[in-house]
Amino acid sequence: MNFLDQLLSHAPALLVAIPLLGAFLTPLIGRVNDKLRNIFVIGILGFTGILVILLAQQIFASGPITYVFGSLDPYVGKETVIRILFEIDALSIFMAMIAIVLSFSAALYSWAYMEKNTGLDKYYSLLLLLTVGMLGMVLTGDMFNFFVFLEITSIASCALIAFYINKVKSVEAGFKYIVVSTIGALFVLMAIALLYGQYDALNIAKLADSITFSFVDKIALVLLIAALAMKGGIVPMHMWLPDAYSRAPASVSLILIGTTQAGLYGVFRVLFTLYGNVITLPTISMGWALVILGLLTMLVGVIMALIQIDFKRLIAYGAIAELGYMFLGVGTCLTILANPDITLAQAPFAFEALKGGLFHVFNDALDVGLLFMVAGAVYYATKETSLNRLGGLARNMKYTTIFFIIGLLAISGIPPMNGFASKLLIYESTYQLNPILSIIAILSSIMLLAIFIKVFHAAFLGPKLPQFDTVKEVPRSMLLAMGFIAAFIIIFGLFPDLIVNTIVDPAANALIDNAGYMRWLIGG
Amino acid sequence: MIANIPYLAVVGLIIIGLSAVIFKKNLIKIIIGITIIQSGVNLFLITLGYREGSTAPIWTSSPGGVMAFPVPQALTLTSIVIGVAVTALMLSLVIHLYRHHGTLDVRKMGGDDQ
Amino acid sequence: MNGMTKIVKTIAGISFPFIVIYGLYVIAHGHLTPGGGFQGGAVVASGLALILVAYGSKWAATKIKEHDLSLLESVGAIGFITVAFFGILFGGVFFSNFIVGTDLLFGGIPLAGAADINTGGTLPLMNFAVGLKVIAGLFGIVFIMALAISKKEESA
Repeated sequence: MNFLDQLLSHAPALLVAIPLLGAFLTPLIGRVNDKLRNIFVIGILGFTGILVILLAQQIFASGPITYVFGSLDPYVGKETVIRILFEIDALSIFMAMIAIVLSFSAALYSWAYMEKNTGLDKYYSLLLLLTVGMLGMVLTGDMFNFFVFLEITSIASCALIAFYINKVKSVEAGFKYIVVSTIGALFVLMAIALLYGQYDALNIAKLADSITFSFVDKIALVLLIAALAMKGGIVPMHMWLPDAYSRAPASVSLILIGTTQAGLYGVFRVLFTLYGNVITLPTISMGWALVILGLLTMLVGVIMALIQIDFKRLIAYGAIAELGYMFLGVGTCLTILANPDITLAQAPFAFEALKGGLFHVFNDALDVGLLFMVAGAVYYATKETSLNRLGGLARNMKYTTIFFIIGLLAISGIPPMNGFASKLLIYESTYQLNPILSIIAILSSIMLLAIFIKVFHAAFLGPKLPQFDTVKEVPRSMLLAMGFIAAFIIIFGLFPDLIVNTIVDPAANALIDNAGYMRWLIGG
Repeated sequence: MIANIPYLAVVGLIIIGLSAVIFKKNLIKIIIGITIIQSGVNLFLITLGYREGSTAPIWTSSPGGVMAFPVPQALTLTSIVIGVAVTALMLSLVIHLYRHHGTLDVRKMGGDDQ
Repeated sequence: MNGMTKIVKTIAGISFPFIVIYGLYVIAHGHLTPGGGFQGGAVVASGLALILVAYGSKWAATKIKEHDLSLLESVGAIGFITVAFFGILFGGVFFSNFIVGTDLLFGGIPLAGAADINTGGTLPLMNFAVGLKVIAGLFGIVFIMALAISKKEESA
């Protein structure tokens, strides 16, 4: 018990340190034995997952915690906050849960999926590093530290996208991604420097406390939102996303969803917390900006998905459309927050929209993740991704087909899957802001259903094709990973109230509770 | 006025770098553009920490008086280290692209779908 | 990539020890003067790169293997993070500087005016680990790129 308390009090640091240590130990263990290395990686991620759950319990019970690196006190002198610290509130741990679920299932999936490739020591190292980057981005309470983790994420994911180094298209996708994301990260650094020059602080809580929305702050806000929305794959900055998602190995596409969502987390954190005290000041409502970007993302995503013939590219555009829902939900809440004439209590739908948006972040990770794993399984079995040449796979791959049906129902928001629960929250609440918003949202959901029914028909139904006569069901580790995610989807779909009340509601509360985020600063 | 010259240089460097990334067709030139933007941002950070007449912030052999602020320098150093890693990664991807296409011109790449 | 002329080889051989010593100096004094693990490591790695260019990558490939470099790099990284972990065990916080103020090696507290190398606590240890990682990592990058280019020359 004592040991557990000790472990828990250092859990914020260990969440990042343990995968990091694992990343550097992996090449050493890989020299001994391949199987041992795979078990080691899954074990490390499993242990990190347990830590996330333990920490989440504590945070949901007793509010945000801060962990200072190198010292017990965040202050130097009386008022300078210079030390790096992790500040973990319910939203951070909510995002950390998503990240760890995705990386754990990706590691499980990779066991069989990547087995025949060479260079796997590096692959698993990078996979753990990418997990470190995602966890660091969502847990940190320091802007510069956020930038460093952002770059770790970009570098690791670029190397993983270009993992099939012999396929020139993968290398091109990796190059495109690194160019775009490096420029984005430099914008973030520029914005951090602008803020630092004015307020002499890098700490998010300290900055949020002293921000005044001067002219320079406006520039910094634009730079931050543009760069982070680009990392999140929001239209019109989405051009890297279809290439990266479709050319990477399927297990990597799965984790890339987590990195885009860490980018979205950055957008939310900047708008709600960093600029939270001054969000009513801009003459153009930032909430409407998010809503419009969200609608654009949805429409462009589904329209582009309609014409794709490549299985993974189609899912990538579907994923873009799903990102729009999150922006729509969160943006609806922000329109009310940013409006000085209405308080949140007068418009209860705004909080519902925020819950819907955040719940959809988790659901999207699960739904799109499952679909990518199915696409990977189809590729593994047939070596084919073009929908024009696939067909009749349901006869030989019955479990994969069942998982595809689950993913299809979930992504298009059909009950009893999880996508329905969050999309219903979004439809109901955005309708009260403006009916057109929810009409467009419902329309794109219907189109998503149509698109994925087409895929289902093209790939799984129809007569048995002679060239796929010998196709077998995929190995057990891949089925296990798909089953793991599918179980989450069904549980979330059957008991949405339970999930919303236990994890989504605290996360949404944490996002709008600015004073809570800064409590340690004022109280201590 | 003279104290503002570094800021003008920052703006100049970032604009030059961005225009290189946007308009150049050669992959190596795009990478050079990115490193120029990086230099601009780094110069900005360094300039923030400078005070007129200050000495280098070395604690053990300081002659006394005003020191430059060391935190932006530490931030710049971190950013340079990250920049090295990113540049190395981009260059190694370009080596692979060059080996496959035999050219660095983006207009001559593409075509085949494997 | 083949070696260069005898003049280049000789000059590279003469200047190599100075470059390496200077780099190691920068690493060792990282907690006192500007510099540290990364800068010193970069200096040493550039010295190694000089030898690589002068003598050619074929010659270098007979002396060192790529996976030895990646092993060294892993060791450096593990050393760094282990010191940080020791902070939890002995100092109560991750990354805690538990050595400074004790009688151990590097236990002294740096004072103004007196550049004593026996100060700094965990900082010199972390600098050594980072230095090792940067030497292996940066030289590894140059080495692998050189090998890739020489492979291309052979096939052409």
